[in-house]
Amino acid sequence: MSAIAIPGSAFRGRVTQARVILSEWTKLRSVRSTRWSLLVATVLTIGFPILASAVISSHWNHRSPAERVNFNPLNPALIGSQIAQLAIGILGVLVITAEYSTGMIRATFTAVPKRLPVLWAKAIVFAVVTFVLMLPSVLIAFFSSQSILSARHASYSWSHPGVARAVIGAALYLTVIAVMTLGIGTILRNTAGGIAAFAAIFFVIPPLMNVLPQSWNDAITPYLPSNAGRAILSITHDPHSLAPWTGFALFCGYAAIALVVAAALLVRRDT
Amino acid sequence: MIEARGLTKDYADKRAVDDLSFEVHPGVVTGFLGPNGSGKSTTMRLILGLDRPTKGDVTVNGKHYREHNAPLHEVGALLEARSVHTGRSARNHLLALAQTHGIRRSRVDELIDVVGLHDVAKKRAGQFSLGMGQRLGIATALLGDPHTIMLDEPVNGLDPEGIHWIRNLLKSFAAEGRTVFVSSHLMSEMSLTADHLIVIGRGKLIADTSVADFLAGASKQLVHVRTPQGAALREVLAGLGGTVSDADAGLLEVSGLTAEQIGEAAAAQSIVLHELTPHQASLEEAFMDLTRGELEFAATGEEAA
Repeated sequence: MSAIAIPGSAFRGRVTQARVILSEWTKLRSVRSTRWSLLVATVLTIGFPILASAVISSHWNHRSPAERVNFNPLNPALIGSQIAQLAIGILGVLVITAEYSTGMIRATFTAVPKRLPVLWAKAIVFAVVTFVLMLPSVLIAFFSSQSILSARHASYSWSHPGVARAVIGAALYLTVIAVMTLGIGTILRNTAGGIAAFAAIFFVIPPLMNVLPQSWNDAITPYLPSNAGRAILSITHDPHSLAPWTGFALFCGYAAIALVVAAALLVRRDT
Repeated sequence: MIEARGLTKDYADKRAVDDLSFEVHPGVVTGFLGPNGSGKSTTMRLILGLDRPTKGDVTVNGKHYREHNAPLHEVGALLEARSVHTGRSARNHLLALAQTHGIRRSRVDELIDVVGLHDVAKKRAGQFSLGMGQRLGIATALLGDPHTIMLDEPVNGLDPEGIHWIRNLLKSFAAEGRTVFVSSHLMSEMSLTADHLIVIGRGKLIADTSVADFLAGASKQLVHVRTPQGAALREVLAGLGGTVSDADAGLLEVSGLTAEQIGEAAAAQSIVLHELTPHQASLEEAFMDLTRGELEFAATGEEAA
């Protein structure tokens, strides 16, 4: 390469939020593991409800009358979101921690030294990608599972009270998880730590509440992030859970706190 | 133009950069020299705003790096530590960085060709050799066609052809009037490329001088003298204030006197000389001399002069 001179470039562009968003979109789509994780999340979100509904339908005649009465057709429809939240949460952490572990963050912050546009762009890109993938997924999951269950007259129609809110709410819930875990990853800057924190908040702490005295459990549990967030997915009213939109608003509040703390640390810390 | 004033950086247990003030001017290649661990990479991170100084200040083209609206057009930087996501292709890596400034794809492809990564542009960067990684880093630095180029140990891992290319690149950039700041722990490399030197040891400034002055000012200006009348010459030279030591059988190593002074003194005393060779200290020796002093000062806890 010794004979070649460096071509100059008259172009002089400046950093804008829109350009950083485009850059983050390129980053997200150009890593193979990200594409695979999102594909798996989508396939499971759709596939699991279909599988669960088929199993329930084929065993319907073995169910007791009480089981049939208490059966909530929404449960198999939204079971996929339980699995998707794991994939989305881990990806949300990785979107930022992979930059720290590989050193990419230095290149990123050299190009965008003000730093905050990078955090906003990551949040916007990953949230939009999550919602755009998960909304059709939960809709397909709902309609296909309900059409399987309708043979047993054990399905909900879209117009059943609360159903539309719960199904769309599942996609919203996953979208907020995307933003919250990006915040957690940015605060901790470490993949293992970020995933551990996410798992603790969503999978470890909620069942631990059961060791508390019942009155404490009832008073605290509804306000945990995962329980507050999942209130929007429920159409049965439980006296110890928050109202759907109240819970979701609180969940958004937790995500906002994670992102604001992340932003404050991001501009102060050395890279 | 890079200006550092009283730049200081403390980490938890040590002071990495200690009250460093210097200027890097356009039009010349400025070498940034120091042993490994002397604070060169930290200084470069401070220049780029990746780390914040504990005290002091550093600006690039008149502003703090963070205040530039188009930093890639101001400074092109290659950092020593790898700064690439291992799962992303070279082309997508460059594209993502280019997009932050609205730089076009055609510029990305152009640079991939220039640094010789055309055949591996779609390969994941994690599979790159050290040399390929350096070429990708150099392409990154050149993306914005910057006024100032700052490279941390750029020849690391490059083959001889690549090293030659880097030297020419640095010189042609300086000739175009750009600011070129390049670090190395190898003096031999600097002697081939740099016009000006900023030398640090233990985070402190040791020298800020042209390469020529650095060599001239080195403490050891030696002259090798071969004579059959060693004892007689020794006496004469000692009388003139020179220091004489035996380098080899029949070979004297004289410091403190020039070759002219020695030759004239020998002629006046009719002493036969078989060899009289001025031996300029190499950049390497000059550097060792300087940093050895610095390390001694540091070890005894005194302030370096």
